Amino acid sequence: MELLDLQQNSNKLISYDMADTLEIKEREEVAVRFSGDSGDGMQLAGNIFSTVSATVGNSISTFPDYPADIRAPQGSLTGVSGFQVHIGAGQVYTPGDKCDVLVAMNAAALKTQYKYAKPGAAIIIDTDSFGKSDLEKAAFKTDDYLGEMGIDADRVIACPISTMVKDCLADSGMDVKAILKCRNMFALGLVCWLFDRDLNVAFNYLKEKFAKKAGVAEANIKVIQAGYDYGHNTHSSVANVYRIESKNKVKGRYMDITGNKATAYGLIAAAEKAGLKLYLGSYPITPATDVLHELSKHKSLGVTTVQCEDEIAGCASSVGAAFAGALAVTSTSGPGICLKSEAMNLAVILELPLVVLDVQRGGPATGLPTKSEQTDLLQALYGRNGESPMPVIAATSPTDCFDAAYDACKIALEHMTPVVLLTDAYIANGSGAFKLPNLAEYPAINPPYVPEELKGSWTPYMRAENGTRYWAVPGREGFQHIIAGIEKDSKTGAISTDPENHDLMTRLRQEKIDKIEVPDVEVIGDKNADLLIVGFGGTYGHLRAAMEELKAAGKKVALAHFKYINPLPKNTEAVLKSAKKVVVAEQNMGQFAGWLRMKVDNFAPYQFNQVKGQPFVVEELVAAFNEILKK
Amino acid sequence: MSEYTAADFKKGQPRWCPGCGDHFFLASLHKAMAEIGVAPWDTAVISGIGCSSRLPHYMATYGMNTIHGRAAAIATGAKVANPNLTVWQISGDGDGLAIGGNHFIHANRRNINLNMILLNNRIYGLTKGQYSPTSPRGFVSKSSPYGTVEDPFRPAELCFGARGHFFARAVATDAAGTVEILKAAQQHKGAAVCEILQNCVIFNNGTHDSVYTPTERKKNAIYLKHGEKMLFGENNEYGIVQEGFGVKAVKLGEDGYTEADVLVHDAKCEDNTLQLKLAEMEWPVALGVIRDVDAPTYDDCVSAQIEEVKAAKKYHNFAELLETNDIWEVK
Repeated sequence: MELLDLQQNSNKLISYDMADTLEIKEREEVAVRFSGDSGDGMQLAGNIFSTVSATVGNSISTFPDYPADIRAPQGSLTGVSGFQVHIGAGQVYTPGDKCDVLVAMNAAALKTQYKYAKPGAAIIIDTDSFGKSDLEKAAFKTDDYLGEMGIDADRVIACPISTMVKDCLADSGMDVKAILKCRNMFALGLVCWLFDRDLNVAFNYLKEKFAKKAGVAEANIKVIQAGYDYGHNTHSSVANVYRIESKNKVKGRYMDITGNKATAYGLIAAAEKAGLKLYLGSYPITPATDVLHELSKHKSLGVTTVQCEDEIAGCASSVGAAFAGALAVTSTSGPGICLKSEAMNLAVILELPLVVLDVQRGGPATGLPTKSEQTDLLQALYGRNGESPMPVIAATSPTDCFDAAYDACKIALEHMTPVVLLTDAYIANGSGAFKLPNLAEYPAINPPYVPEELKGSWTPYMRAENGTRYWAVPGREGFQHIIAGIEKDSKTGAISTDPENHDLMTRLRQEKIDKIEVPDVEVIGDKNADLLIVGFGGTYGHLRAAMEELKAAGKKVALAHFKYINPLPKNTEAVLKSAKKVVVAEQNMGQFAGWLRMKVDNFAPYQFNQVKGQPFVVEELVAAFNEILKK
Repeated sequence: MSEYTAADFKKGQPRWCPGCGDHFFLASLHKAMAEIGVAPWDTAVISGIGCSSRLPHYMATYGMNTIHGRAAAIATGAKVANPNLTVWQISGDGDGLAIGGNHFIHANRRNINLNMILLNNRIYGLTKGQYSPTSPRGFVSKSSPYGTVEDPFRPAELCFGARGHFFARAVATDAAGTVEILKAAQQHKGAAVCEILQNCVIFNNGTHDSVYTPTERKKNAIYLKHGEKMLFGENNEYGIVQEGFGVKAVKLGEDGYTEADVLVHDAKCEDNTLQLKLAEMEWPVALGVIRDVDAPTYDDCVSAQIEEVKAAKKYHNFAELLETNDIWEVK
């Protein structure tokens, strides 16, 4: 019987003989999706698997897909959470459209997650969680759940995981509830066997994670080993184990990092480089809260976090902190931006440095709190009263959040302006292998502190050569001044309602932003493309993967992916006009396309818009782009 | 002795209406700051929006005139980020208690070391005369031509309800009384609310008439001093005595009351029950420092926690932070 032919281009069935014909096959890439109840520890299993894989030099990309409910009823369809890990010998750009292996810890997980499995994918299930009531909760009508879903039983590794974990830990002295919490590790052990992974890395991971609970670490280690051994001893009815060799390895030291953590690290790094205290004023909101969590941990670096009474105070207190001389940051998601826009606008007219992090989620209003969209772009650019220009940077991947956050701080501090840093739920929660940065190699950050020699002649809205006003931090003798949300005279800094002055100040604030230098946008792929794919922010991985796939199929295509949204790179117009056709693909109804049309004359791109709360699917992108190529 | 004079804190020409209570308060603030002796460059005055929020423009300190209602939140960030600054927050009754009510209570609850000035004229002046959250029920204004149908906040009650540790009250025209409570607010470590009763000559003229002149104050106000008997009246012929769970004003020698019955003011008492009763008296109006209780401040605790964690953790810069993660090497 044939099971797991993961090589999609091979239709050949491999006959399998239980004796000793287990083959080790090499694969370019593989995606594994762990799914179960929200409390089943799927994310931990997935994280360990990605770390173990990254350690041998595979590239990794992960994506958690969790429900909005913290603990939906056990075994219910709404309570299923998934965690997908994509590992590759070469570069992987996305967590994978669909998975090669689906781990379903209960009936509800199989029901809801099977749609993410490739045809022919291996399915690992815990048969102990497919009892009568489990099936009822998952809305199966009969006992033949595989038949109902049209799943070929030969593809299923059906294993009584709960029973085996109980047996394995029978002597541990742990209670049943605690024992069953280790089920995820059995599944992990099985997957590690399937992909020929070195368990020692997993063991070390657990020892560190549970450093203060040696018993828990030991139990988990025992269960992983049991899962691995189960696979090894039974060959788990599979024909092959798979090895993913690493190619194009970039030497260096790495860690696994989520986008939110990378953002927090970027902020910390920038504060250290600038020699400033890092202040975060925030309010908990999904999916941005992990940035608050991460920064709150690092008081030993002097990081100050204030969990404020509301989003408004989160931003307002950051404006106060910026005035007082800190690198001030406020973090939120779309609904929080609505509330912060007033204080963001204040920072615009005060001309104070401020980084506003928007981890975008599905909207409007509460929308899809745990899902991902790019629908806040125009809000970031325009969602304020008056002429209120603000730089906008959109991070392109989990690891890029580090550089994007660093850049946002540098621009804010050097140009005395609030900056919006856009990420999204997908890259914020997803992770990738992060090459440890050397801060010494990052550009210096030099805020325009008012020069001492200006004492006596300085006024608060006097400008440096690049149009930026100087920063006089309270505590400096002789530079006392007032800044206000009301319009001021460009020369004296006093309140002014003079029409000419207001017109001038409006222009000065705009010019200051327009003059910010950002790197050119890179064109990846064919320089004379028939189709140029254009995107921004967190969709980079999917658009890149789609472009590579089209290229491999012989199409003349290229990708221009934007990270700097305002101001746009200087080569934007040239790039957009370099290809016969252009498609702007984004997870909104065309906000970036509209922005580009406003900035580039006679630009009429095709559009690919999806607002599903889920990452793009490479396959769908390829199909859509092929259609455009045919037109 | 302070090395400063009021002139060191003065700047510009105020543009408030002639007779506005803000003029009186500004002069008292200049004087108080001079007596306090914190350098103008170590002082930040942060306001929201409203007539009184123009005040920072007339200060030779660092200042911000920000957006409506957010002064307490902005001041919070400034103080926590830069604890060396002495921060004064200036708000009117609309700015501080209506649009900014949430920030007012949370700054008190957290006990941020701010001097929070609440200039209470019971009216919206800058928008030309609408009722405010301190206007009495039935108040007739442009937005309530038939009288309001809502009860006002009593600022002390709000402060105490938010677990505030300092509350004082003065009348804007009473320079000595105002300077005294401002100095006490500065002395107090933590959120220090000073309610300044002031007149709006245009839209709410006479709102504090019962205490606006020295003569009226003699009749209708009591100056509370910690550790002293609560006596008032032109010849101290009245006193405050306890009645049930509350207090009442009595005339000594009448109904058998003597000076021995008169309560001694205890601003340092942690239990705020009696202080609340005093703050809410309609006659006499309590002035001076009503509550002044020591408590840990948020900003001190934040700094202390940072130092504790610095001592406990082994990583103190970004490079060391990276090393705390699971790291692998690709060779």
